[in-house]
Amino acid sequence: MQFSESWLRALVNPPLSTAELCHLLTMAGLEVEECRPAGADFSHVVVARILTAEKHPDADKLKLCSVDTGEHGVLQIVCGAPNAAAGLIVPCALVGAQLPGIEIKKVKVRGIESFGMLCSARELGLYEDHGGLLTLPADAPIGRNIRSYLNLDDYLITLKLTPNRADCLSLTGIAREVAALTGAPLTLPSIDPVAAVHDEARGVVLDVPAACPRYCGRIVRGVNSKAATPDWMKQRIERCGVRYISALVDVTNYVMLELGQPLHAFDDAELSGAIHVRYPNAGEQLLLLNEQTVTPRVDTALIADEAKPLAMAGIMGGEHSGISDATTDLFLESAFFTPDAIAGKARALGFSSDASYRYERGVDFELQRRALERATQLIIDICGGQPGPVVETVAPEHLPERAPVRLRLPRVARVLGIELGFARIEKLVAGMGFAYVRENDALVVTPPSWRFDIEIEEDLIEEIVRLHGYDNIPAPPPTARCEMLPLPEASRGPMAVRHLLAERGFHEVVNYSFVAAEWEADFCANANPVRLANPIASQMGVMRSSLIGGLVGTLVSNLKRQAERVRVFEVGRCFINDAAQDTGYDQPLRVAALISGPAQPEQWGLLMRTADFYDLKGDLEALFAPRSLSFARVTHPALHPGRAACVLLYGREIGVIGEIHPRWQQQYELAVAAVVFEVELAALLATPMPAYREVSRFPAVVRDIALVVPQQTEVRRLQDALQEVAPGYVRAIRLFDVYQGKGVTPESKSLAFRVVMQDTEKTLADNDADAAIAKLVQTAAERFGAQLRK
Amino acid sequence: MENLEQLVTQATADFTAANELARLEDVKAVYLGKDGSLTALLKGLGKLPAEERKSAGAAINAAKTQIESALAARREALRIAQLAARLAAESLDITLPGRGSARGSIHPVMRTLDRIEQLFRSIGFEVADGPEIETDWHNFTALNTPANHPARSMHDTFYLLDDAGQVRHDVLLRTHTSPVQIRSMLAHVEKFRHLDTMPEIRVICTGRVYRVDSDATHSPMFHQVEGLWVGEDVSFADLKGVVADFLRRFFESDDLKVRFRPSFFPFTEPSAEIDVAFMSGPMEGRWLEIAGCGMVHPNVLRFGGIDPERYTGFAFGMGPDRLTMLRYGINDLRLFFDGDLRFLSQFQ
Repeated sequence: MQFSESWLRALVNPPLSTAELCHLLTMAGLEVEECRPAGADFSHVVVARILTAEKHPDADKLKLCSVDTGEHGVLQIVCGAPNAAAGLIVPCALVGAQLPGIEIKKVKVRGIESFGMLCSARELGLYEDHGGLLTLPADAPIGRNIRSYLNLDDYLITLKLTPNRADCLSLTGIAREVAALTGAPLTLPSIDPVAAVHDEARGVVLDVPAACPRYCGRIVRGVNSKAATPDWMKQRIERCGVRYISALVDVTNYVMLELGQPLHAFDDAELSGAIHVRYPNAGEQLLLLNEQTVTPRVDTALIADEAKPLAMAGIMGGEHSGISDATTDLFLESAFFTPDAIAGKARALGFSSDASYRYERGVDFELQRRALERATQLIIDICGGQPGPVVETVAPEHLPERAPVRLRLPRVARVLGIELGFARIEKLVAGMGFAYVRENDALVVTPPSWRFDIEIEEDLIEEIVRLHGYDNIPAPPPTARCEMLPLPEASRGPMAVRHLLAERGFHEVVNYSFVAAEWEADFCANANPVRLANPIASQMGVMRSSLIGGLVGTLVSNLKRQAERVRVFEVGRCFINDAAQDTGYDQPLRVAALISGPAQPEQWGLLMRTADFYDLKGDLEALFAPRSLSFARVTHPALHPGRAACVLLYGREIGVIGEIHPRWQQQYELAVAAVVFEVELAALLATPMPAYREVSRFPAVVRDIALVVPQQTEVRRLQDALQEVAPGYVRAIRLFDVYQGKGVTPESKSLAFRVVMQDTEKTLADNDADAAIAKLVQTAAERFGAQLRK
Repeated sequence: MENLEQLVTQATADFTAANELARLEDVKAVYLGKDGSLTALLKGLGKLPAEERKSAGAAINAAKTQIESALAARREALRIAQLAARLAAESLDITLPGRGSARGSIHPVMRTLDRIEQLFRSIGFEVADGPEIETDWHNFTALNTPANHPARSMHDTFYLLDDAGQVRHDVLLRTHTSPVQIRSMLAHVEKFRHLDTMPEIRVICTGRVYRVDSDATHSPMFHQVEGLWVGEDVSFADLKGVVADFLRRFFESDDLKVRFRPSFFPFTEPSAEIDVAFMSGPMEGRWLEIAGCGMVHPNVLRFGGIDPERYTGFAFGMGPDRLTMLRYGINDLRLFFDGDLRFLSQFQ
């Protein structure tokens, strides 16, 4: 809602500066979004009359004018405007004037002295124009300062109104609010009924009273629709951001801005019979004023006569029944349409109108007759005409209710945390113009017809604290019971996981949860992803079921930025169809990481090599330590079939790890291989309490064995088997070398294990150690065909 | 006895001449070895007459002690010299960088979320969580947002398609973290159903939210923080106290003004918008919208299974992306979602 400060001050004029007024409004919940001057910052420009305008002797496009500036004398001014002519009244900047970007000096133009400048609207910062000099009315007082003549020391204030404050969509509403906040007197225009001078009237039938419980109509005969809108009215509506169109339309807009009541003027000659407010007939169409032809939904109320639809009630008038320059007889409508009847209808058609904007938020349902009288008076004053009687049709049972709301003083204190006292609360309620009665420690308040947001006690409490001032509520730290929160040692938060990954060189990214459908197909073989109905872009059309695609995307974009070594991770949700969930989707939180490029940052002290599967596997194992993971071969659409594994924790599958499939490496133009893992976050958050085991006081015996096994033997299985058969005093069987080459056949590999043995009860004898090693070697031989390497 | 003095002098000179330990041991043998000159003198004592033997022996032993001490001194000197030489040889260029890997980083917004969670944990808030594909009921209905509310339009909310390609109206991508209020209240009420008086609810929830909006200052996905405190006497003054305290702690600055101004949200009443203004720095003096908050609307408490006559509460929602930008002076929201390592690696 944009309005002119000077118009507001004509209704209520508190002793506040413009900035103070804006602060007051903002802190009362009517946020001032913008406050700008009506005209540019300039000085020394006066109303002047061009006495003569001759052609400049040495320039075809310039004119030599003599200009009467009243007390500043008759000046000689060279002017280039095409419309400069004798007799025109125009703004004249005197020598010494400061205009936006120009200082006016005495100059010679093509050899002739010029003592000022005649101005266009643009030069004064009023509006963009192309027609040359701004022409002022013939009665403009010569010599008067143009700022005061055009009322340019005004400000245009734009409020960003919350949807509950429809009552402030008019100057009257804002003024009422300012009066309540400041105590300054409210001087609203007096509105007297305009007596009918004939008895012609149109009947009104409310076929859908629930949508339109009140309708006031009136015929005005013999208006001059070509009459000019007075400047004061033009200026006011223009400064509220409404274009002036014609006197009749301007009056309806003026009254809407002044009082908040949308009005509509029909050309009475186009109407036949009584007015109906009804729902559309099947397939009924209407050409609107915005030249859009609509087929209104069955629940959209129309204004119709007995032959045809005329307008979409409370939304927009029809093209054929509207007023034009040829209109002489008017039918004026001032109606109340309920918010429910209007809400969403205009938006469904892809537009909004001033009327629908107001009706869907709530128009004062007691206002219609007064607004109609106000508009009638203004029309008669400007366009002449003879009014008929007001026909008011009401369905009282459908008018909004204003149920009394009980405001208990102890409740106010409890909700606000401050005692305001009865007198203060009563003063605030009265100041809003709310009717109330006192009952014990409560006020029973009846909300006024212009407020649609006072239904419960809390609404009134908000009004009270709003007027009292949020700033005036103290803000001490609260007191509360001081109980400790649980701190389970066997779990950790996601942040601990993030820290572990960051310590290991990974950078955290936040990728979009919506991805391209191709990613889901390529990396998840997911032909039926969760689809968005209204994505902002097609490459963000589906919800991800894996974090892998996003990390590959991060890799691609960083390679483009010349990064060589990429280590990234993300913690986020994935989305999978799952009818068992209340939303219909499983939404697990997962952790995924990707590495590509050198295993270590480039440095002098290490041999550079490319990171591989085992690097990332080491990172993954470190994340889960002290729990140990197991890995099994897996086929995964994103991953290299020979370099992929599913990750198991206590036998349960919790994720995957592997190298990106060469096919995708090529398709996504990755110069080097990338390895990724993706695991469930929940599996990482449980972390066991440390379990104490007695530390042995006896020396350990260490034996190394090298076993030659067939090439395809999986080390983990062999190691598990050894662990299984080892006597209790075998503390560790550690793989410390994998060898292929000279001395081992190409079909085999040599695995070197260090076996650590230690007993808590005694020093181990050599034969204990020998027995254990023999058992291990025998098991390896029997189950894996292993031979002891000599 | 002149001989002995000479011998000591000679030995001392010879030791000094030996400039490494091995050589010194050779020289030692010349005097003190099995066939050394001093050893020979001692062996010769037996041939002397008994009355001379005692004084000669004492003289020889004195000389031996002198030689041994000269040897020890030389040995120590050589050891020191040898260690010094070794240390000199082993000297490193200590300016060469250390061996190993670089640290990664935690996303700046996650740092913020963590700080927020920790600050609220310090006054007894627990961390709650909720789904990102949310039911319409939790996201709107239970938050007192009526069916015709503009927020439900396709302009603001991401909706999903069902298997048949039809728009589902019962679920959506959550537009705020506020539905976690409802989930928290329902779970809390259920958990403490057996008690006469429900313990207070103090929860904080951080997470991703989604709106159909994308330009330089809006991302279709962004983060939000939701806080909820419900108890028997939780007031608007408490809300102001908590949020103002939080903002000063978060920015680690008292050089900060906080104001609450009336606003409107369907799920709170009274409602407030929270603005902050820094008193120095690039944003000096400008009021910046940082959060929305208010007293939980009685209807919302009822949807959460809580009697609004008995309990009151406040809730607030903040934009941690904005807080992060202000804290670190980041000027472009899009950097958060761009995965650019040059940006991310600044947050080690």
